[in-house]
Parts: sequence; C-alpha cells; structure tokens
Amino acid sequence: MVAQNVAFWIIAIAMVLSAIGVVRTSNVVHAALYLVIVLAGAAAQYILLAAEFVAWVQVLIYIGAVVILFLFGIMLTRSPMGDLDLDNSQRMPAFVASLALVGTLTALLVDAFGNSKVVIDAPTKTSVLSSDIFRLYIVPFEAVSILLLAALVGAIVLARRD
Amino acid sequence: MSVLALEIGWGWMLAFKALVILLIVPLGALVLGYTFLLKMMSHMQSRLGPMDPGGFHGWFQLVGDGLKFLQKEDIIPEDADRRVFAFAPVIVVISTFLMFVVIPIGPVAVVANLDVGVFYALAVSSLSVIGVLMAGWSSANKFALMGALRAAGQLIAYELPLLLAVVGVVMQAGTMSLQGIVSAQQNGSIFGWSGIGNPFIFTQIIGFLLFMIAAQAELSQTPFDMPVAESELVAGYMVEYSGFRFLFFFIGEFGTATAFAALAATLFLGGWSLPGVHGLSAELLGPLVLFVKLMGVAFLMFWVRFTYPRLREDQLQAIAWKFLIPIALANIIVTAIIKVAF
Repeated sequence: MVAQNVAFWIIAIAMVLSAIGVVRTSNVVHAALYLVIVLAGAAAQYILLAAEFVAWVQVLIYIGAVVILFLFGIMLTRSPMGDLDLDNSQRMPAFVASLALVGTLTALLVDAFGNSKVVIDAPTKTSVLSSDIFRLYIVPFEAVSILLLAALVGAIVLARRD
Repeated sequence: MSVLALEIGWGWMLAFKALVILLIVPLGALVLGYTFLLKMMSHMQSRLGPMDPGGFHGWFQLVGDGLKFLQKEDIIPEDADRRVFAFAPVIVVISTFLMFVVIPIGPVAVVANLDVGVFYALAVSSLSVIGVLMAGWSSANKFALMGALRAAGQLIAYELPLLLAVVGVVMQAGTMSLQGIVSAQQNGSIFGWSGIGNPFIFTQIIGFLLFMIAAQAELSQTPFDMPVAESELVAGYMVEYSGFRFLFFFIGEFGTATAFAALAATLFLGGWSLPGVHGLSAELLGPLVLFVKLMGVAFLMFWVRFTYPRLREDQLQAIAWKFLIPIALANIIVTAIIKVAF
C-alpha cells in the first residue's frame, strides 16, 4: 500500500496546485487548461481506488466533453490572449467562503468515515458495476436521466428565438 | 508473465511494452503514410509519386521528410502563448500513444488487457481535441482559431455516434475488453454455423459503417476535413507549426489513423484471430493477421479520403445529429431485442 500512498500524495499535490492555478490565473483559457489537470488528477485517484470504469468516464465526459465545451465557448466569444484584468474586489469573501467549504467537507468526511478502511484487491468489474446500477439503483438512475432530459429541453426552449 | 514460454521479469516486461508502444506509433504512421498518402493516392490520380529515395518505389521518402523536419528551425510566433503552443502537439501524440495500450495482437500479446478496453481507447482518443484547441488558440492566428473551433465542434458531434456504434458490439460480445471481444468473435457462430466464427461485421454491419464514418470524422479526413481545409483555412490549427512540432501533428494524425483501423479490425473483423488457428500458431500469426486486416480497413478510409469532396459545415453537423445518432440508437435497440429474444 506504500506505493499507492506515495502516488496519492503526488497526484493530490498536483491537483491542489492546479486548482489554485485555476483561480489565480488572469487568463480564462489558462484557467480551463489548469482545470484539465485537476480533472485528470481526479481520474487518476479513481484508478488508485481500482474504479477503472469511473476513471475513464471521468476522462471521457469531463476532459473530453465538458472542458472542450468550456474552451469552445471561450474561444467562440472572446478568445482572449495575454493577461486580462479579470480581478475584482471580492478576494477576501471568496477566500473565507472556500475556507468554510473546505472545513465543512473535511469535518463531514472525517465524521462519516473516520478510520474505516476499504480493502481493494482487484479492479471493480464493469459488469458488476452495471448490474448494481440497473438492479439496485435503477430508480435513482432513471430519475437522473429524466432530470438531464428536462434540462436539455429547457436549454433548447431558452435558446430558441421564435 | 510468460510469452512464448519465455519467463520475463516484471520490470523488463514493462520496459519492453513501453518500447513497443513508442515504436509502433511512428512505424504505423510511416507505413500508412507511405502506402496510402504517397503511393495509393498517386496511382489513383495516374501518377507515380516519389520514386527515387531509397531505391524501391521511393520507400525512404517519409523517413527523409521526418529527418528534414527534425533539422528545421523551431519557430514560435511572437504573439503566441509560448508554453501552450509548445505543449499542444505533445498532447495530441500522447493521446495516440495511449490508444495502442489496449489493442491486442495475439492471445496474450497485449500491453494491458483492461476490463474497460474499448471504452478506454475511445476515451483517450478524445484527449487529442484538447491539444488541437490549445494549438489553435495559442497560435494567435485567426485561421488557426477557426480551424480549432471547427475541430472541436466536429469532434464533439462525432464522438457520440462513434461510442454508440461500439455499444452494439459490446452488447453482442458481453464485454468491453478487446480480448473478450476477439474471443467472442472467434468462438461465436452464425445461426449455428461456426466455420469462421462470428466476425461482428456480419451481424453489426450498421455499427461498422457508423464506426467508419465517425472515425473518418474523428481523424479529420476528407470528406470531414473542415478543420484543416487547405483551400479556405490554409491548414487550420497547424498553420503556425513547423519543424519537429509539425512532425508531431503528422505522426499524431497517421498514428491515430492506424489506431482506429486496428480498433475497427479488432471490433468487427476478429482482430488477431483467424478461423481454425489456435495456441502457439495464433500467437505467432496474430500480429500479421491483425496487420493485414488493419491495412484493409485503412484502405477503405483512405479510398474515401481521396475520392469525395469536402462537406459544408452545416451539412457535417446535420449528418451527425440528424442521421448517424438516430441510426446508432435504433441499432442499439434492435441489437438488444435480438439479444434478449434469441
């Protein structure tokens, strides 16, 4: 387990530094590219947890589609080059709010899991995962599907001009 | 791990696998580039193509081109975002390298037989779009930016039919592992007749056609070459690149074509397997069999590339959303019904 711990800390530090980069940089495109590193780090952590399928879903959906759409939108509208003045006077409130969020989440995780250990001996089979989703969790799965469909239809209704 | 009854240590095996992956991408790019781009296109247009370099039919031409690119000056435009500009081609090439990790060339000869095999290959292939967008944006050039935007719009649209086309195969094989899909085809039967196994091109012919069309778009090959359209955008996102960085894009393009051809051959034509060949002979023949199938698929891709004119941007989007995706969904439903019924 030593190797996994070392890998976890390397990936975690890279993720934190990139996440700081996302909010610190004054160029929106650079922020989106830093976000790619954060999301790829999350995928790497899933692999460390032997959740192969979730990791590659993370790569395909978040890096392969969500960030691409971010970049697409930024480039289509402004395509900024160089440093821009995107700062405003809300640094301190933002800092306090993020600190409060970190505190809450840490407290919640420690309270919920504490010292409990998860033993992982082999990667989770995708077939096991899919039968779990479609047998045990079919109702939440379908509910999320309908929610996403509603959001999609709503977006089209908002964007239509006639 | 044992290959051909040889016992090899874990560390050496890893180094060997990394070396194979590092060699196979430029090699695949050279073979496809020479065979199809230089020779097949020339013959289809009633000319010879390069004949001198290397003696036999100019086989050395692309190696020479590569060496020439390496000597060239590394030019970065003054207004470019230097770090992003320099790193963009690397991302495109990394995505190509990663695709080869799961493609098997024999019963045990595969770098990693992942349980999520084909899904992994398609997920990492989508990473190259980031590199393309980075290249287009950081060049500080209107043509490059337009090219990158077209590439992103096109790749997002065609990723859906690409994935949905594979779902039919995965449902029929009952696994996403590429080795599992190959053995499902080798040991399958067509209506009880198991003479040639069950290559999924017969039962999933619609999936195969959808996969080939979507792969053509993912590779930005004609008729889907809007992002690099040389007559309107010069070369799209590649316009400011020269020297070894351009070489990276070239290797990425043809290496990815090799990967998609190998993937199509594995998913629909039985991959390394040959009817009636098992055991050690399958191990030895596997790479050759896959290579022949791969070249057959690549021939189709390049035949289309050199034959058809370019689509208009709105036609390109309409084909994906109004035509390919509904057919792919219908294909999945029909496959599911047949799978449950029989």
